[in-house]
Amino acid sequence: MAEQNGIIQLKDIDVTFHNEGKTIEAVKNVSIDVKKGDVFGVIGYSGAGKSTLVRVINLLQQPTSGSVIVNNQDMLKLSQKDLRKARRNIGMIFQHFNLMNSLTVYGNVDFPLRDSGLSKADRKKKIDRLLEIVGLSDRAQNYPSQLSGGQKQRVAIARALANDPEILISDEATSALDPKTTTEILNLLGRLNDELGITIVIITHEMDAIKQICNKVAVMENGQLIEEGSLLTIFGSPKEQLTKDFVNTSTHIGSVLDEIRDSGIVNKLSGRLIELNYIGDSTNEPIVVELYKRFKVEANILFSNIERLQNTTVGIMLFALTGEDDKVEQAIQYLNSLKVNVKEISLEKEGK
Amino acid sequence: MADLVNKFLPNVVANWEGDNGFVVAIWQTLYMTFVSALFAGVIGIILGILLVVTADDGITPHKVFYTTLDKLVNLFRSIPFIILLAVIGPFTKLIVGQTIGPTGALVPLVIGTAPFFARQVQLALVEVDPGVIEAAEAIGLSPMKIIFRVYLREGLPELIRSGTLTIISLIGLTAMAGAVGGGGLGNMAIAVGYQRFENDVTIVSMLFILVLVFVIQGLGDFAVRKLEH
Repeated sequence: MAEQNGIIQLKDIDVTFHNEGKTIEAVKNVSIDVKKGDVFGVIGYSGAGKSTLVRVINLLQQPTSGSVIVNNQDMLKLSQKDLRKARRNIGMIFQHFNLMNSLTVYGNVDFPLRDSGLSKADRKKKIDRLLEIVGLSDRAQNYPSQLSGGQKQRVAIARALANDPEILISDEATSALDPKTTTEILNLLGRLNDELGITIVIITHEMDAIKQICNKVAVMENGQLIEEGSLLTIFGSPKEQLTKDFVNTSTHIGSVLDEIRDSGIVNKLSGRLIELNYIGDSTNEPIVVELYKRFKVEANILFSNIERLQNTTVGIMLFALTGEDDKVEQAIQYLNSLKVNVKEISLEKEGK
Repeated sequence: MADLVNKFLPNVVANWEGDNGFVVAIWQTLYMTFVSALFAGVIGIILGILLVVTADDGITPHKVFYTTLDKLVNLFRSIPFIILLAVIGPFTKLIVGQTIGPTGALVPLVIGTAPFFARQVQLALVEVDPGVIEAAEAIGLSPMKIIFRVYLREGLPELIRSGTLTIISLIGLTAMAGAVGGGGLGNMAIAVGYQRFENDVTIVSMLFILVLVFVIQGLGDFAVRKLEH
């Protein structure tokens, strides 16, 4: 069987804005290929061009050049009418929910269904089911102003699902929510992906959101896609500096290292500072015990973070190794022989 | 009671009935206000919507159309109403067949009010959250449906507020039009009350206009309260 075509294929997308004589290249030569069933995360700081990029998928943003194939349809060749039809297959949720304040929860979910050709009774059945999926059945007659942020986003999700889209675009949908609500919303999106097989494109500036549900990640900076891969590769072995920054922020190792450098702990530490990154099985070996048994090297654990990403363990550990110099060297060689990434961190205060 | 009225408002009583009396004047003011509000309302809403959707950040941008319309609205808004009444006399005659009386006042009232209301409508609709408009576009709604289902729906409370404001300023214009031949309470206050030194007539005319203004304002506020969630 031939390689399955991606459900979303953006090729060589450029988006250039002209504003008062200034030219802004919001997206520069970006290609992405999202397969059916993926939860594809696009991460970057604000202004990186991620919002502009995902708006190209449903042509809310017309690209300056490039091709947009969604569901094997060349979106740029569609008539206005066909484009509107194609858009119904692409649900979208937003940072600020964008609900109609003049309509109830029920009315908001009904909003995209009014042109669906369904009878009023069928629409009611569908709306009731959608509200049940997002857990808001008892709120049908409330107005958005009476709901919390998380509830508003649930209404927006129900609205986005109304026309049974195959694709759901989430534009910073959790950025205005508190951490607990963020987790709930992400879990809901993950469930939709599992149960309905809906393909999801998420844009965010939070690595935690990506970690929670994405299987693929693209990193954007200054309008360019700088790194792309499966969640495990991006998380386990990030290559670009920005990607490393995002991963470090997420595991907190960045702030721990700063803390060690700034607080003066660094002056009290003896031995060599080692950072270990590992994915999968190697974590099951009791590394610290091994080091002592084999080399009589003591590992003083300063920091450790272990998470389950897509049913695989990904861990980070920071420790100071103390012992006889040659034994420590042997210990490091031993670590290198395991399936782990070993990085020695300079004890000197860097920079300032 | 009757004695009291006779004593303090002799001229009002004398001018109550008849072709140039208060009863007729009140009807003329109501007629001028509501008929011109209806026409100016429709024209203003259409122009206001066109200004919003053809603007640079609108749903169907059109630079030339927008700029032309924008300038026209400004132009008509800049003409002082009392001069407009005189200037468009021939045009008024062409449309309603007369330049005096309440019907003769309709054309200048509509032309004087519609551009003002168009601007109010534009301001009301621009306030509609652009995010909601974007969501409607993402859902696959046509521009026409976005106008009716999103702009006019979400902007309704604000539109009613502007409408109330416009009708109240329109009542002011009917008084002015009345004084130069349109009839109504404005005519009553000036031609009878002021020029014949019958002060009670002037004051009662004003009171009637105030009542009308308060009623309109009250209805508008009530509707907005009902609509806002």
